[in-house]
Amino acid sequence: MKTLPHVDVVIVGGGWSGLLMAQELGSRTALQVVVLERGAPRQTEDYAGGMDELDYAVRMRMMQDLSQETVTLRHSPKDRAVPLRQHGSFLPGSGMGGAGEHWNGVVPRFQPDLFELRSHMLEKYGADRLPQDHAMRDWGITYTELEPYYTRADLLLGSSGKAGNIRGNQIDGGNVFEGPRSAEYPNPPLKIPYFSALFNDAAKSLGYHPYPSPAATLSRAYVNPDGVARGACSFCGFCERFGCMIGAKAQPTNTLLPVIQKHKNISIRTGAWVRRVVLDSSRKDGRARGVSYIDFAGEEVFQPADLILLCSWTLNNTKLLLLSRVGQPYDPATGKGTLGSNLTHQILWPGVTAFFEKPLNRFMGSGAAGVVISDLDADVFDHSNLPFLRGGTLSAMSFGHRPIANFGAVPPSIKAYWGSEWKKAAISYYDRTGRIGFAGEHLPYQTNYMDLDATYKDRCGDPLLRLTLDWKDNERRMAEFAVAKATELAHAMGATEVLLSPPLRTYDVTQYQSTHVQGGAIMGSSPEYSVVNNYLQHWQMPNLFVVGASSFPQNASANPTLTVLAVTYRAADAIVNRYLKNPAALA
Amino acid sequence: MQRRQFLVLSAASIGGVLVYSLDRRAIRLSAQENRSVRILLRFFSQAEALIVAAAASRIFPSDDSGPGAREAGVVIYIDRQLAGPWGRDMRRYRQGPFDDDAPPELGYQSQATPQEVYRRALKDLKGFNQLTPAEQDLKLTQIEDSLFFTLLHRNTIEGMFSDPLHGGNVDMVGWQLIGFPGPRMSNYDDIDKHYGDAFRPKPMSLRQSTGSEIHPIEDEK
Repeated sequence: MKTLPHVDVVIVGGGWSGLLMAQELGSRTALQVVVLERGAPRQTEDYAGGMDELDYAVRMRMMQDLSQETVTLRHSPKDRAVPLRQHGSFLPGSGMGGAGEHWNGVVPRFQPDLFELRSHMLEKYGADRLPQDHAMRDWGITYTELEPYYTRADLLLGSSGKAGNIRGNQIDGGNVFEGPRSAEYPNPPLKIPYFSALFNDAAKSLGYHPYPSPAATLSRAYVNPDGVARGACSFCGFCERFGCMIGAKAQPTNTLLPVIQKHKNISIRTGAWVRRVVLDSSRKDGRARGVSYIDFAGEEVFQPADLILLCSWTLNNTKLLLLSRVGQPYDPATGKGTLGSNLTHQILWPGVTAFFEKPLNRFMGSGAAGVVISDLDADVFDHSNLPFLRGGTLSAMSFGHRPIANFGAVPPSIKAYWGSEWKKAAISYYDRTGRIGFAGEHLPYQTNYMDLDATYKDRCGDPLLRLTLDWKDNERRMAEFAVAKATELAHAMGATEVLLSPPLRTYDVTQYQSTHVQGGAIMGSSPEYSVVNNYLQHWQMPNLFVVGASSFPQNASANPTLTVLAVTYRAADAIVNRYLKNPAALA
Repeated sequence: MQRRQFLVLSAASIGGVLVYSLDRRAIRLSAQENRSVRILLRFFSQAEALIVAAAASRIFPSDDSGPGAREAGVVIYIDRQLAGPWGRDMRRYRQGPFDDDAPPELGYQSQATPQEVYRRALKDLKGFNQLTPAEQDLKLTQIEDSLFFTLLHRNTIEGMFSDPLHGGNVDMVGWQLIGFPGPRMSNYDDIDKHYGDAFRPKPMSLRQSTGSEIHPIEDEK
């Protein structure tokens, strides 16, 4: 294997966390930084002809090529896993910017109690009320410690929204259940489309506290603290699964790349498929020497570096650690080991499809335009008579209805799904249909985890990552509760008919939930149960950091990207301010 | 090498709308003209194309609620998709073992590509296009649970509503049916107006609205 010239920092992955690390380390120090991204280069101009629903949203042009690599999945440790042969319940990105290019840009913060979930739930409910096989953990960090980094992330993106809590003062019209913010959002909320406005009024009439969804899509022109200028959203309705052609939606390529390109000490290599973290076997204290990767020409090379940052997508971070034999793999039978534990997804399927009398003009929209309620989120409501714990948000988003995905929904009174009767009804209801969606917390369990598959291989011949994952009763009951509440809201909005989501049973890979997959290399205050400390530094290997939602001990109801950016900023600060002066354990 | 196959459509059968010729030029045919157009097929034989056209038009019929799969050129759309990377499963994980008995919640596990699924099913549907509409509906009802029918149903909707650059939705007939304006660059001034009233801008295709040549995935070599 060819050895490349030594660099100071190697970053694996060119998405939000990798490019934010590159920007912070490369602009605040003179270190030589190399980013390895396995996909292709991308820039805003590439999206000019991209408003094609078929190629982008259906054939998924921006997603990982599964013929090269996928994961396998089974419901329990006693089942046989099979590969996810085509995209389904989550959509890993590929290429410069990663999944941060094709997201919707919804940027809530996590509820403060989530960071101390285990302590909070044990104290409030006692061990007997918690699910028997739960794996809830504290993060080793509090919301208050993270707040300044949340604020920096909001400024980076130019988040558009309305605060509901500034330094403890509750503000009507914002999310009054959120943790205290140090300041108002950098930009006002996006405009509210009709369908979401109907939800806003209905939610108020039922005594809820609706607020505009926070958006990484700009409501007005904005220049962020790094000097990057972006324009306002035009509500074209092509966000999720698309790149923004006008740069209104914050994406790594339009928000971080312009800064990175000004710094000659940062270089990005695309088409670089990292296979291993290479360890230094000569040292007892545990150090990584660099990474090995297949380059764009297909040659395997070794890139030596002093500091190694794994910033690839959640699942790939864990896969790389397992393949590189860094840390002890988690074993659900004995409870020993930490690597691969606390795999969580998100409950995003339940909800209702509501049918209305009046047209909604739903082709107009934006990925994060809409109205949300948090009255049934986290632990902000009374659970004493409920058969589940925790909760989630209900919302009426106006993403922009595109016809292939949305044509065909008909009220339950129409039984046909093809032929004249169906066609007539589907045309008639096409623009009179809206979905009230639920985003619910997925608790961690001892039997939901990741390891390496014994049968299936990726394009390099390395084992695929194996997910063992299923819903449990807490999620099923929460979903049932959410569907009932969504039904009440739909009727209050004036829906003439309502179609309920089927009950949540087993985990279904064919149904898109969200791309919010967490865990595998979780953070915490002790190496006994976590893989990295709260600076995302590996407990056993101080020159290795594992960055991203892989570090989240559990899923929040909220979308994870803003929190990914916040913990990345905090880790970058710790590296620049402390680690570089004394390259040792930070905690 | 297989002989080139063409779909020959009469002007009457496509109801007097635009069709795209093999070099992608639009040809407008009207019902009065007694002429036909030959369209080069990329995957189907002519016999197969006639069956698919007939079946798609039972799923999405041309009737008093408006034009259907026939006018939209759905069969041409499906032919191109099957010949392209999707039809050949270029981006699907294709390593074995293939566990056909895995629970359905773990997704499609078989080895067959969309090309193979169509080809096998079409063998069993020989003569379908010669049946009466009622007989065709009965036949489709019998295969409703098959993977072929699921694909055909999905592909028919795609062919009705994807951008015309993919070969279906000819003249944007699908978009006109439902009032979808296509890729509209800005709705900034309208997003918080028209509450409760239908706002229906004139549809424009991606090529029209960008003014540039867009190459769909299925045309990439």
